[in-house]
Amino acid sequence: MSLSRREFLKSSAAASAAAAIGMSVPAELEAAAATAEGDWRWDKAACRFCGTGCGIMMATKNGKIVAVKGDPAAPVNRGLNCIKGYFNAKIMYGADRLTQPLLRVDANGNFDKQGKFAPVSWSRAFDEMEVHIKKALKHAGPESVGVFASGQYTVMEGYAAQKMMKGGFRSNAFDPNARHCMASAVVGFYQTFGVDEPSGCYDDIELTDTIVSWGSNMAEMHPILWSRVTDRKLSDPDRVKVISIQTYTHRTSDIADIEIIFSPNTDLALWNYIAREIVYRDAAEGIIDWDFVKKHTIFTAGPVNIGYGMRKSDEKSIKEGKYTPLEMEIISKEMKTTVSNKEGPALEPFGYKAGDTMTHTGGTLGHWEISFEDYKKSLEPYTLDYTAAIVKGDPDENIEVFREKLQALANLYIEKNRKVVSFWTMGMNQHTRGTWVNTLSYNVHFMLNKQAVPGSGAFSLTGQPSACGTAREVGTFTHRLPADMMVANPAHRKIAENKWMVPEGTINPVGVQHIMKIHRDIEDGLIKFAWVNVCNPYQDTASASHWIKAAREMDNFIVTSDGYPGISAKVSDLILPSAMIYEKWGAYGNAERRTQHWRQQVLPVGDAMSDTWQWVELSKRFTVKELWGEWAPSGPRKEALPSVIEKAKAMGYNENTTMFEILFANDIAKSYKLDQNDPIQKGYDNSEGYGDSRKVVGSDGKVFEGYGFFIQKYLFEEYAAFTRGHGHDLAPFDMYHKVRGLKWPVVDGKETQWRFNAKYDPYAAKATKESGNSHAFYGTIAKALKSGDLKGMDKNTEQKSLANKAKIFARPYMDPPEMPDTNYDTWLCTGRVLEHWHSGTMTMRVPELYRAVPEALCYMHPKDAEAKELKQGALCWVESRRGKVKARVETRGRNRPPRGLVFVPWFDEKVFINKVCLDATCPMSGQTDYKKCAVKIYKA
Amino acid sequence: MNNKMHSDRRKFILRMARGAGIAALGGFVWSAYVDEVTASQLMLRPPGAIKEEDFLKTCIKCGLCVEACPYDTLLLAKPGDHKPLGTPYFIPRDIPCYMCPDIPCVPVCPTGALNEASVTTNGKLDINIAEMGLAVIDRETCIAFWGIQCDACYRACPILGQAISVEYNKNERTGKHAYLTPVVHADACTGCGLCEKACVTEKASIFVLPKEVAMGKAGNYYIKGWDKNDEKRLEDATEIKTQTEISKDKAVDSLNDAGGLY
Repeated sequence: MSLSRREFLKSSAAASAAAAIGMSVPAELEAAAATAEGDWRWDKAACRFCGTGCGIMMATKNGKIVAVKGDPAAPVNRGLNCIKGYFNAKIMYGADRLTQPLLRVDANGNFDKQGKFAPVSWSRAFDEMEVHIKKALKHAGPESVGVFASGQYTVMEGYAAQKMMKGGFRSNAFDPNARHCMASAVVGFYQTFGVDEPSGCYDDIELTDTIVSWGSNMAEMHPILWSRVTDRKLSDPDRVKVISIQTYTHRTSDIADIEIIFSPNTDLALWNYIAREIVYRDAAEGIIDWDFVKKHTIFTAGPVNIGYGMRKSDEKSIKEGKYTPLEMEIISKEMKTTVSNKEGPALEPFGYKAGDTMTHTGGTLGHWEISFEDYKKSLEPYTLDYTAAIVKGDPDENIEVFREKLQALANLYIEKNRKVVSFWTMGMNQHTRGTWVNTLSYNVHFMLNKQAVPGSGAFSLTGQPSACGTAREVGTFTHRLPADMMVANPAHRKIAENKWMVPEGTINPVGVQHIMKIHRDIEDGLIKFAWVNVCNPYQDTASASHWIKAAREMDNFIVTSDGYPGISAKVSDLILPSAMIYEKWGAYGNAERRTQHWRQQVLPVGDAMSDTWQWVELSKRFTVKELWGEWAPSGPRKEALPSVIEKAKAMGYNENTTMFEILFANDIAKSYKLDQNDPIQKGYDNSEGYGDSRKVVGSDGKVFEGYGFFIQKYLFEEYAAFTRGHGHDLAPFDMYHKVRGLKWPVVDGKETQWRFNAKYDPYAAKATKESGNSHAFYGTIAKALKSGDLKGMDKNTEQKSLANKAKIFARPYMDPPEMPDTNYDTWLCTGRVLEHWHSGTMTMRVPELYRAVPEALCYMHPKDAEAKELKQGALCWVESRRGKVKARVETRGRNRPPRGLVFVPWFDEKVFINKVCLDATCPMSGQTDYKKCAVKIYKA
Repeated sequence: MNNKMHSDRRKFILRMARGAGIAALGGFVWSAYVDEVTASQLMLRPPGAIKEEDFLKTCIKCGLCVEACPYDTLLLAKPGDHKPLGTPYFIPRDIPCYMCPDIPCVPVCPTGALNEASVTTNGKLDINIAEMGLAVIDRETCIAFWGIQCDACYRACPILGQAISVEYNKNERTGKHAYLTPVVHADACTGCGLCEKACVTEKASIFVLPKEVAMGKAGNYYIKGWDKNDEKRLEDATEIKTQTEISKDKAVDSLNDAGGLY
């Protein structure tokens, strides 16, 4: 590490400083999106992979994609890519691409759960889906029909799926893999700002002086952003500081001025330590920006005994003994824990001390206003002594050196006129107190007035390409509707019902079947039909053996739509071949609120069709009478869902009107014309609109000739209408085809760089017109609170409005439910490598990426390997209370854990590490903690 | 089951290659052998291999090193490989040397063609000082030099930060990104080839060559005044004797040869 740091400084001294901000794109690069050169066609698109959102151009020749280039006009990446992006042209053409529907059948061709997969027609596939959905509805109503949704859906696909699930099936058992990715960030945003998504944008990188990476390996996971961070460091190496706060050393520490290796989960304590420095030194040093704090924030607290998002003792599968005594050692902590010596001091202000029994009541989002004095009291425990003692993650590091680093970290945040950006992704989100740690980050930035200003802010990066654009903005979550609306809110339901032209009362008000709950509901036998869309839930979910067993051995029907045969396809009963990204019209939204569109570049391979098409075709199979009658209480829903059939009739529908006619092929939809004179559409395929030359035999057994209207534009515009007028504003469909993405809110054709800041955000400007305030945190969720103290809410207080204010939360350090002990003596942290995307279904099929990293390794400290008599390169078992996998020992190279921790990436289906991981979640966000559980490692 | 089949196949190939080695010594393929000696300058040998010229004389083509390799990295040259028959080598793009800390291929060598002492530090085997070759980079085709965020070679390097480091430079074209480009350090690179294997370009843009082929050499009569470590080269410094065309005759002879000067 030291050598590369030296090399870094050497090269930086030689480099000249070019001003990055405002550098214009050369005129020749501003050419129209599509230009013809030779016999190939270039057209713009977005990279398929991470949440960075790089712009690319695809070259098409003879109906196939042959090459990719970075889009020089794209503001995010200016023509560059990482090595995943470099291979965008290769991801769709793997040798084992799924090209036709496959069903498990017996010798007579009948569906047989124990049968082998055999090709079937699309119409047979939809017949089976229809039969099994109807069976599930009969079994337990809408709650019995589940969908594993995705942060990799295009905006239009996600919207179509949401409409059919919530408006058609009236089911909220619909939740994306994005739940595993940024749900804690979302709840953090909701609780703090009252509205989702970051206030800043990537321009912060060029404008800041300090980049702090909290539990995030940006160098490998967001390489293009990291190259911007590196460039910023190069441009002023003495002034610009990079701090890498991690549980093990990795590439992000390469250019760090300070590296802090912390013990898993203690980031909670570290944030509170910084806050304590700010608050307790304020009287002497005048650190807090009181004017900002008083005008724009209030102090808040909530309960701490909220469990760990695991199964509860009264749940069916627990009572039926589906969990072993070893597993129950941890799961039992969901109900009750003993406060440990480690967390005792932190919990004292909240009324607990070491040795106390804490009875958990399950996750609650409730919170109340407290005084600044109470907030101050909550920070009291985080002295340098206590913090350093519990936070230090490398047993071999000198405690004095470590204390100095913590002090230096706090001082950098505090330093007047120093701009600071705090970045994080999975480290702070995949956390049993993920929501808490997210809110703690804003506390520090707010008190220093270093939030929502150019160059400063706590900035949640996203993992997936459209975790923001689709999962969050469209709202493909169990509890959400488009544009930050909630199924639990009657006014929001009404707005959605109106836009969707479905009767009032159609939308199910109970939205609690998040992605872990869907798996658990399948295991409990509540959900009988589940459909996997653009994700791989049977590989990506912790405690994986349970969900696979439930899918394969219970009476249910699992469908997977995918491009390739991953683990989810393998455990399914029916597999549908999906069109991949450049085989359909689409749009993604990245981590800086930038929405980017692309056109269908090529026809899908084989008989593959888009997920949009699959949803729309399915909607043809269901009528008003079948879905909109009364549904008895079921699962989490304790009241009957009323019949809306009469209201539907009053709207002009009849009992036999199909969902297709209502939700997708209505008069408004048909007004979006297919038109080859339209410059946006001219010369481009639209397999859903026109059908295509493959003459795919569709769901009715006839050649699919297209819907006859511009369905993608219809879906986008209908969705975008939800966003306009209250701070999420998206631009018109056509505009996105002329630019390289726009950061919403887009008001009067102008994008917004810094939200909530009156100088940059028209909504904030409007809200502060009278007050003249610098900021308005105008989100509307939970913006009226009662009061209380750290120990609870005083029910008798009056609810106070907090319009335009953000919240500073008092939240303590707590232990995670499973920590190393004598039997399972090692922390397991899982994650990613640069070369592979998530479960590897695409990148493990790109020969170059496969060759570069063919298998997942178990990274560990050489002394741990020696103590366990493990040889470098030899196989070891990684075993937890839930299962074990074999992996090769790696004691060298890119990831260097301290003693006592191992890191295993999860992309490799042969090293199925999620069999080992624990499905504990942040109880407020439902996001799984993949970053810590206890394992033992021994020779295989 | 798979493992057994695999190992049987390996034994067969080994037998074939050993046979070929013995036949080669018989003389009837002598001319081919000479060509192959020339070719052998580009071969990558197992860790601890002595100088190529001596290696060819010392290696008895027994294949014990090949059998000891747990990764099937080492091969024995077969007829048609155009390499000195029966001698061990590896092709890093196919299977690199994984740098086992216990270097199982070396102690089994019965002749010292693989010299244990050369991979031993303080009485312990030390793969990090092996000199199988040196990675070199084609900066034209290496995509990191285009600005692509790759450095797959750096991440694959078992002694990352020492054998390969990353150099940082501003990308003036974009105005806001940095080049992160790999640099190989000859003093630390062992030539294991994990970088060559990992390289994502169609033909590897970082590849291992035998050190003698890959490296130049500065004489030890000039020492870097600014680098204390460079003093080490003085240890090998010897008496300096020079001769050029102009100085080839004895002084007295050239003095007496006026050569038309007057």
